[in-house]
Amino acid sequence: MRKLAALLLVTLAFAACKFNDAAKPKLPIMGNRDAVTKVVDGKQVTDTIYHTIPDFKFVNQYGDTITQNSLKGDIYVADFFFTTCPSICPIMHRNMLKVYNEFKNLPDFKIISHTIDPKHDSAAVMKKYADKLGISGNSWWLLQGDKEATYNISQDYLVKRPGPDAKEIFMHDGYFVLVDKQKRIRGMYDGTEEKEVSAMIEDIKTLRTEVDTEIAQ
Amino acid sequence: MKLKVIAFIAVLLCAIVISCQSEAEQDFKRYYTGGAVIYKEKCQNCHGANGEGLSALIPPLTDTAYLKKNKARLACFIKYGIKETIITINGKAYEGSMPANVDLTSIEIAKLLTYMGNSFGNKMGTIAFEEADADLAKCK
Ligand code: HEC
Repeated sequence: MRKLAALLLVTLAFAACKFNDAAKPKLPIMGNRDAVTKVVDGKQVTDTIYHTIPDFKFVNQYGDTITQNSLKGDIYVADFFFTTCPSICPIMHRNMLKVYNEFKNLPDFKIISHTIDPKHDSAAVMKKYADKLGISGNSWWLLQGDKEATYNISQDYLVKRPGPDAKEIFMHDGYFVLVDKQKRIRGMYDGTEEKEVSAMIEDIKTLRTEVDTEIAQ
Repeated sequence: MKLKVIAFIAVLLCAIVISCQSEAEQDFKRYYTGGAVIYKEKCQNCHGANGEGLSALIPPLTDTAYLKKNKARLACFIKYGIKETIITINGKAYEGSMPANVDLTSIEIAKLLTYMGNSFGNKMGTIAFEEADADLAKCK
């Protein structure tokens, strides 16, 4: 009898855990949102339009053209840096390496790092940087392209637009921006803080389960 | 009587030695803790909290043999930076560049060297202001 009670207790505990799992809060969806009302089958429905990352066209360290289509079906993290940056970039990429090593074997995860100094950071320079950083394959792309386009897209990622002298005074935001498969921003983390980057690694795991269930439905 | 004098001298000598030792120790502590603050501010972003460096981009500060051998050049590295020189650390070649810190004084550099030289597995002892100053005078 006692044994039975114990068994029941254990089962209940497990069930409670399961329940908690399902009720786990999703990550927030960041940025401005709009509500649009449209008529579907004669009924008024209100849809929320979330802020999304627009299409882009850059070149990665292998010289391949990368557009939003290249990230189709991927969760990704974006940041902004330049290869000769002596201030916060080494800290950011020391931390990003942890993210890379955690997820590099997943087919649906990527990291993209935009250079804010495209004049110096050619694809060849970026390839050399990637080699020295110790990254290979296609899970971390270093993107180079039109300076104006890069600075514009930084605002779509909700980070501060680098100033005209961003390179000279080595000032730019050190954020890691987490983007879901629907191109919505789901998290912003200070890439210079080890703790925040650890939190991001956990959030990426959460986001993957969320997206997988959404697809299954 | 003689014995008393000898004992007195012995005690005096002991006192001097002990007080000197602790003064040297205090110097070391002062240099080391001061250096730790400067390291955090000026060096840690690149060389890391544990002197681990960053992949093949930035060398670690753990190559005790290299640091010993190049002890007299370290002050110059810190003050005037390093420009695209190939440096072999722990058997690996590095060729990046390190920014200059022209605003650091000789005493600050001595503190920094004392901190770096006695952290990350290094044991170089105190690197005094006079030593850093003399090394800096010879920078090319
Ligand atoms: C912008 C990044 C950066 C910063 C900041 C920096 N270093 Fe370096 N450091 C480097 C690089 C890169 C090299 C290798 C240079 C080369 O290979 O030519 C280097 C080399 C060295 C070396 C010689 C090689 C070795 O690993 O022992 C020492 C010593 C050193 N740095 C100490 C310091 C100290 C002390 C500070 C703080 C005042 C500092 N560095 C700040 C990037 C940096």
